[in-house]
Amino acid sequence: MIRVTLPAHLRKLAQVDSEVKLDVEGEVTQRSVLDALEARYPMLRGTIRDHTTKKRRAFVRFFACGEDLSHEAPDAPLPQAVATGAAPFMIVGAIAGG
Amino acid sequence: MSGVRVLVGTRKGAFILTSDGKREKWEVSSPHFAGWEMYHLKGSPADPNRLYASQSSSWFGQIIQRSDDGGKTWHQPGTPPGEPTTTPDGMPKGESNNFVYDTSPESGKPLTTHQWYDGTAHPWEFKRVWHLEPSLTDPDTVYAGVEDAALFRSTDGGKSWRELAGLRGHGSGDKWAPGAGGMCLHTILLDPSNQGRMFVAISSAGTFRTDDGGKTWRPINRGLHSLYIPDPTAEIGHCVHRIAMHRSRPDVLFMQKHWDVMRSDDAGESWREISGNLPTDFGFAIDVHAHEPETIYVVPIKSDSEHFPPDGKLRVYRSRSGGNEWEALTKGLPQSDCYVNVLRDAMAVDSLDQCGVYFGTTGGQVYASANAGDNWAPIVRDLPAVVSVEVQTLA
Repeated sequence: MIRVTLPAHLRKLAQVDSEVKLDVEGEVTQRSVLDALEARYPMLRGTIRDHTTKKRRAFVRFFACGEDLSHEAPDAPLPQAVATGAAPFMIVGAIAGG
Repeated sequence: MSGVRVLVGTRKGAFILTSDGKREKWEVSSPHFAGWEMYHLKGSPADPNRLYASQSSSWFGQIIQRSDDGGKTWHQPGTPPGEPTTTPDGMPKGESNNFVYDTSPESGKPLTTHQWYDGTAHPWEFKRVWHLEPSLTDPDTVYAGVEDAALFRSTDGGKSWRELAGLRGHGSGDKWAPGAGGMCLHTILLDPSNQGRMFVAISSAGTFRTDDGGKTWRPINRGLHSLYIPDPTAEIGHCVHRIAMHRSRPDVLFMQKHWDVMRSDDAGESWREISGNLPTDFGFAIDVHAHEPETIYVVPIKSDSEHFPPDGKLRVYRSRSGGNEWEALTKGLPQSDCYVNVLRDAMAVDSLDQCGVYFGTTGGQVYASANAGDNWAPIVRDLPAVVSVEVQTLA
């Protein structure tokens, strides 16, 4: 079970109160986690990564285990603690004013 | 009892202001979509309870919201209000947020770049929906003007969107360039007497017209003169800020350009300047009285770059002669130390017997006049910066 935390605006769109728990098939990567997230919460499509190119939106960051994973390859394995559910995969709005 | 519903989009949420036909006492809703940029909200002329809203964020992109009960509840199209959105059945597909430029071979001329500020080629990148224009007759048909400039249409109540690619592909698209606010398609006017005709305006490209329901387009900018482009009378490159029409005379168009207030009497085939005695011919908003097609309103703004009213006086200017001769409307508006802006979509009129005029400011005030501009009073003073104002006249 993968744990994903969302920023407040996206929690509201997805109508969830707290972190999301997802089953992810196969290797746990950014892409597989986001695919599972968007499959379960389709209203989030386009809000985290582009509809078509699947590139991360510029002001969205991915953190886990105290590390910034935003610039890791989408198919790179996420940390073991994320894969086991011990630590959440954090989707965060960049601090850029607003 | 008749009434009005004012739909206000701000930098940090949407607000709905309601009043009876007297327009003296107002109810102000709590914010809808708090924290999001609400570029535009507009109601369907065919069904006043059907509202569309553009919700966007630099962080999380574009969301389309719809209300079927006059703004009491909202949902992303595809999921009925109140229905769970987290179950496999009945969930929205996210398609209502999906604006994808048409580069298919069928569209004829796939277009991938426009001009950047420095004149270099720049790829088209979808950023947000600036303006939503519901069909005059069908509540489920709505047009969206977007940045980077393009026109999309939905025929299923905002659930899915398809680009009317003939606009970008008509031949000049690769020469369009952004204005200071971005390269946005911000105005969509539907001709009530000719179903196939519509007008759009783009900063900073100009005005365009279709006569076949959006399949083919051509620029209509003859008579415009802009000193910020190499050829001041070029067909393309004019920073049109907004255009307006009166529904009884759809061939007469009024334009507030980045300097110059203009008029066309032939559906945009030619334009002439009507700035007349305005204190400055720069501004963003322009609108037409609901019952007097020759009565028009602008809010002169000082430029370049200041973008606040001249002399710190917030003045709406009204012409009752279709331009050239303007009178300042000041009663109830601040006449000292006022340095707000009125953005292009932030003025509207109602159609009650005594035409009401409304506008919002970047200082968060929404002003209303229940007598065509003679007297003004704030409906609300302290909203976030106002981006758009639309009015629905309710039976």
